Amino acid sequence: MSVRTLSINGHAVAMATGTTLLAAAREVGVPIPTLCHLEGLSPVAACRLCLVEIEGSGKLQPACLTPVAEGMVVHTDTPRLQDYRRTVIEMLFTEGNHVCAICVANGHCELQDRAVEVGMDHSRLPYRHPDRPVDLSHPLFGLDHNRCILCTRCVRVCDEVEGAHVWDVGWRGEHCRIIAGLNEPWGAVDACTDCGKCVQVCPTGALFDKADTTGEKHADPARLGALVRARARGQQTR
Amino acid sequence: MKLRFATVWLAGCSGCHMSFLDLDEWLIELAQRVDVVFSPVASDIKTYPEDVDVCLVEGGVANADNLELILQVRARTRLLVSFGDCAITANVPGMRNRLEGAEPVLRRGYLELADGSGQLPHAPGLVPDLLERVLPLHELVPVDHYLPGCPPSAARIRAFLEPLLRGEPPLMEGAAMIRFG
Repeated sequence: MSVRTLSINGHAVAMATGTTLLAAAREVGVPIPTLCHLEGLSPVAACRLCLVEIEGSGKLQPACLTPVAEGMVVHTDTPRLQDYRRTVIEMLFTEGNHVCAICVANGHCELQDRAVEVGMDHSRLPYRHPDRPVDLSHPLFGLDHNRCILCTRCVRVCDEVEGAHVWDVGWRGEHCRIIAGLNEPWGAVDACTDCGKCVQVCPTGALFDKADTTGEKHADPARLGALVRARARGQQTR
Repeated sequence: MKLRFATVWLAGCSGCHMSFLDLDEWLIELAQRVDVVFSPVASDIKTYPEDVDVCLVEGGVANADNLELILQVRARTRLLVSFGDCAITANVPGMRNRLEGAEPVLRRGYLELADGSGQLPHAPGLVPDLLERVLPLHELVPVDHYLPGCPPSAARIRAFLEPLLRGEPPLMEGAAMIRFG
């Protein structure tokens, strides 16, 4: 196994080739905030929270997708990155309709947690209050587009882990949203196995169990990592 | 000299003020350290006075009365505090903004959802006109401090006010102080 040596926030680090900067940083106890990343799913660098500075490169790079390289000098927590991360969170809050007080995920929401971490006590950007629909056509689950941050965890878990590929992303820009099937009501998509993995991995209250009301959604995205690891090791039981 | 202290209730549910009253016996300590010069829960004064040191403002700005009062508050207050999620984000009152305008909101509320006998409210000078959009305070006037929460808990309000009364800026970080909701 070949090894790359690099520096992360001044710590000398040796990591196997192919390790991502995010995995390397977490391995040595350097926290990097993420929202779209989830162990067990392919990385997509959609949320831009994990951007880091690499000396010699003018561009910020997403830590979730960038492999370690020999001699790399990485900074994960500069004032510039701190400001960008708070701005990213403010953009997520103002772009949709995130009314924490009445949300199913209040108190157990990754977006809410990231807002605390970046020190957001208000948004410096104006609220858009877009008109977005709610899909309650599925018998067990609901999708509230107002709370969706387009992280695409649901798209990836359904495709890569469940193998059903119910979800996809439709349109672009401010019209971009998660679609079921060929832009059908979720309940009309035969491919859905009702497994609920999308609900479990959703970082906000966008996907929820209909039985849950305000503050009652306690999703556990980490369970996915356990499932994927068990599959990789052939440990599934019948 | 005692600080001149006020609280104001705009477009909110009064929950932030209820949480303020949850300060219980600490309210007695507060009353010894400040003069309450205007407050829907602690004063009978009807006109917002001059030379206020600290004002906690609950609620977003949703109608003409709210707008008039917040401009007055800003002009007459040294430290204006956005008190709770409605003041900071427009929160639940702001959910009407998706209907894009005051008239569609009134039609929705008073005609479309009425049982056949609905009529639009019309009482000039008595019922204030709705603004087209509900806005957080800082989109209209400069705000000095933000105290999030729906409502902010009594413990959070106290942890905010104690340093402020000593003339120090409150340390607003961590879930205990700035978590929304």
